[in-house]
Amino acid sequence: MNVQEYIASGILELYVAGVLTEKENLEIDAYAKEYPEIKAEIINIENAILELTRRSNTVNPYSFDTLKTKLGNLESDTKVIPMKKGSDWTPYLGWAASILLAIGLFWVYNQNENLKSDIEIVEQQNQALEQQIADSDASLEKTQDLLNTLRDKNISVISLGGQEVSPTSYAKAYWNRQEEKVFIDAQGLPEPPDGFVYQVWSLKLSPLTPTSMGLLEDFATDDNKVFALNNPNDSEAFGITLEPAGGSESPTLEQLYTLGVVSAS
Amino acid sequence: MQLDLLVEKFQKKDATAFETLYGMYAENICGVINTIVKNEGRSQEICQDVFVKIWNNASSYNSAKGRFFTWILNIARNAAIDEIRSRSYKNEKKNLSADYFVSVLESKEDDSTTTTDTKGLKKLVQSLKKKCVQIIELLYFRGYTQKEAAEELAIPIGTVKTRNRSCISKLRENMEVE
Repeated sequence: MNVQEYIASGILELYVAGVLTEKENLEIDAYAKEYPEIKAEIINIENAILELTRRSNTVNPYSFDTLKTKLGNLESDTKVIPMKKGSDWTPYLGWAASILLAIGLFWVYNQNENLKSDIEIVEQQNQALEQQIADSDASLEKTQDLLNTLRDKNISVISLGGQEVSPTSYAKAYWNRQEEKVFIDAQGLPEPPDGFVYQVWSLKLSPLTPTSMGLLEDFATDDNKVFALNNPNDSEAFGITLEPAGGSESPTLEQLYTLGVVSAS
Repeated sequence: MQLDLLVEKFQKKDATAFETLYGMYAENICGVINTIVKNEGRSQEICQDVFVKIWNNASSYNSAKGRFFTWILNIARNAAIDEIRSRSYKNEKKNLSADYFVSVLESKEDDSTTTTDTKGLKKLVQSLKKKCVQIIELLYFRGYTQKEAAEELAIPIGTVKTRNRSCISKLRENMEVE
């Protein structure tokens, strides 16, 4: 093809004006790629039109920043992609939140149950402690009673010393003559062997006449080892012997553990 | 930077490339719009809308179908024509006012405080015959087809191409003389 003739035809000016058909446009684009002269001519024509339109313009375009604002902060794709990502996981956010909520509720429920059982345990402990306090109160009352009894002005105290069988043993008798009662404090006696029991005797000395006052039953399990016995006798001495379970009619003198004489008063 | 490369970046939504292209063409496009709309305030608005439109439709430009500037030019002319139609101008574009893009020269002749050859327009067009001004106006500023221009100017369709060619050549000569 004759390039100069083609250029001279004036079709390139119409191409720049944008008034040709699509087919013609495609054809010219192909020629422009093939023939540098055609490409150069197009650019020169375009420059002339640009110059003309620029010089005839009396309108100041808005600044690019204004345009940018109108476009809503057009940044390049880098800003669009994160937003797409954002919208991708947004639906899952709801699910994640509800799962978290469910886990949270379950946790709170569990905590509550744990606290409830903790409270139960503490309440039980509390009851046990209250029971202990009540027991202690009762024990204290008993002790107080005992103390008051022993302090009674009508009480005579008789010390019973250890005898041959058990020289280290000792006991005390608190005798209330008016109430005809004797309290034996057997703290200083050894625990009786199985099948044996201590028996307390009231003695008349001349002649030596023993009268059984009773047994120190359940010796091992008695906490304060103070035993109350009745004593209507006009005793001159007290003795404690170890006897076979159930006690004896008369004391086994070989097993006399302690003996004490009532002082004359 | 090479225009092709710039346009390619612009089509990939590169804001910097867009800004460069805006700097290159905004004045031209605003001017063309005002030639049709004849209202500088409205022309500014429409001009901005045109660039918004080309940014949003950047991917639809195909370099095989024409020059990038020509693409914008077409969009701008259509926007301007839409504007005057919406202003209930019932007229077809053939019946538009006969004012030419060079009217800016005449309108400013009375104004002694401004130079009439602002931006060197006078130098560029003073030696052009009226028929050149007419045909350039129709083809570039208004987007007339050859057939429409031929009818408007009452000349054979074949003459449009050659007359336009010689008018543009004269314009280019004037540019070179500068």
